[in-house]
Amino acid sequence: MTDLAIRLPTIRVARLSPRLAVRDIGGVTKRNLRRIVRTPQLVFMSIVQPTLILLLFRYVLSGAIHVPGIAYVDYIVPAIFLEAVLLGGMTTALALAQDLQAGMIDRFRSLPMARSAVLAGRTFADICRNALALAFVVMLGLLVGFRFHNSVLACLAGLGLVLLFGYAFTWVYAAVGLAVKDPQTAQMAAILPMFILFFASSALVPVATLPGWLQPFAANQPVTVTVNAVRALFEGGPVLHDLWQSVAWSVAIVVVFLVISLNLYRKATA
Amino acid sequence: MTAAIEVDEVSKRFGATVALDAVSFTVDVGTVLALLGPNGAGKTTLVRVLTTLLVPDSGHARVGGFDVQKDARTIRSMIGLAGQYATVDELLTGRENLELVGLLYHLDKELYRTRAQEALERMSLASAGDQQVKTYSGGMRRRLDLAASLIGQPPVLLLDEPTTGLDPRTRNDLWGFIEELVAEGTTVLLTTQYMEEAEHLADTIIVLDAGHIAASGTSDQLKDQLGGNVLEVRVTDRDDLDRAVSMIADLGSASPRTNPDLNQVLLPVTDGARVLIAAGRALDDEGIALDDLGIRRPSLDDVFLAITGHSASSSDTNPPSTGSTHD
Ligand SMILES: Nc1ncnc2c1ncn2[C@@H]1O[C@H](COP(=O)(O)OP(=O)(O)O)[C@@H](O)[C@H]1O
Ligand SMILES: [Mg+2]
Repeated sequence: MTDLAIRLPTIRVARLSPRLAVRDIGGVTKRNLRRIVRTPQLVFMSIVQPTLILLLFRYVLSGAIHVPGIAYVDYIVPAIFLEAVLLGGMTTALALAQDLQAGMIDRFRSLPMARSAVLAGRTFADICRNALALAFVVMLGLLVGFRFHNSVLACLAGLGLVLLFGYAFTWVYAAVGLAVKDPQTAQMAAILPMFILFFASSALVPVATLPGWLQPFAANQPVTVTVNAVRALFEGGPVLHDLWQSVAWSVAIVVVFLVISLNLYRKATA
Repeated sequence: MTAAIEVDEVSKRFGATVALDAVSFTVDVGTVLALLGPNGAGKTTLVRVLTTLLVPDSGHARVGGFDVQKDARTIRSMIGLAGQYATVDELLTGRENLELVGLLYHLDKELYRTRAQEALERMSLASAGDQQVKTYSGGMRRRLDLAASLIGQPPVLLLDEPTTGLDPRTRNDLWGFIEELVAEGTTVLLTTQYMEEAEHLADTIIVLDAGHIAASGTSDQLKDQLGGNVLEVRVTDRDDLDRAVSMIADLGSASPRTNPDLNQVLLPVTDGARVLIAAGRALDDEGIALDDLGIRRPSLDDVFLAITGHSASSSDTNPPSTGSTHD
């Protein structure tokens, strides 16, 4: 019998350096970006609903809603930005569930790659897709009469805050996708929390006009503070309080759901 | 150290299902081991343990001397896995799939580019290499999947039912590729439901049934375990089949198996010549017309039936559904 070391000369203990981990993340991100570019219909599907909501509130309901101190179009459009990235993030759940079912996750887990790369590569690609969806909705907003009233820097910070919040939620959706495993269920499971957070917030109407029992929740939840901060960044006015709360929410959401997702990924089976 | 794969008392259960029941075996470097068993035997579970995808409840497994749990990354860097279903990205091209896997094996860019091109050519996919996989046929996907598992030039290859669902031509092609790899020194563990495949490719065959090893050895050793030959009877008229079975059943060393599509009865026997004459006489007395009557060496199918009491091909082994639905 030939000695293993002769017949299997390549065997040595494999280690993962940070450089290799970054390279793995880059490889997976590129793969996911290719998939996004090759299924543009998914990007468009994720902006259909924000578009409809925007048109509904801008043209049908705006006469009935009065928000003091701000034109309603400037009130509603930042909320639609947020909705676009929140809905866009659902594709994260869908895509991971699809990868699980197709056995791609098994393939990745059988390779010596960084464990975090599948999820990091997923969420990084999804930021790019979200940025694309956001660019579309910004143009739409400008078309229906929305205007930025603050400095360029503040407005860019506002868009950045939207993307950061969207990114935080891709980690929520990553956990959902890995937990439910089935693409259809993943979408259903992902839409519910998003729906509650978005509609029970200051996104569409001021919190003060919501039913009293809902107000304590609505005033303090992440979508409300984020949309308030984004509006302030676009319009001018005091922003710091909402801004740091929104950033804190985003960071906390990333940390919590990153840990949950990594744990689910480690045990993931189709 | 000559064992490329060592499996030591590995057990795994899923709820009430015992998928693996204290399974132990070794695979020598440069040899081919076939795990032969019907659907649900535990083949995929064992492959998943060896590829670090699944942690066993108890027992140890080593690949190249490394422990699947403690040295998972090292094992991943030296194995290639082609799963039961082709796991390639539909939206990427064949080449992009291979290059991604090469990158994730931590090969240098130049190296994985070259190897991707070589692998495409080797698997006769060169002309389709830059098309998206969604345009590929089933056979092409399997070949691409195998190509992906070879990108790292792994010394140990694990193939889970590599040819299930392929047409005979593509199957033969794949057998050829596997034989080439073995000639180059690769150690292969493959699972299969096909006797023919195990017999064709494997040095050692392990018969897996309901999570435990029912028998193991070379195909000749397994056939010898049966301790004899097989009497084959083919009746002219299918209506005579049951009568023929009842006439000859007592002559065999194990219970007979019928193959109604072929009007055939197969009976394991120890004393071939005597049984042949006795069977011929008995069937003649009954007036049963025969197309064929003879003694032959057992096939692995016969062996499997004798060892496990049921056939290895999946269609025969699906447990009857309990809520009896007759049609
Ligand atoms: N993830 C799982 N959860 C529950 N049961 C499983 C799981 N994987 C396999 N099993 C069960 O374990 C047994 C062995 O399965 P498997 O290893 O896939 O068999 P094979 O590959 O030989 O067809 C089967 O009864 C199967 O239903
Ligand atoms: Mg299987």
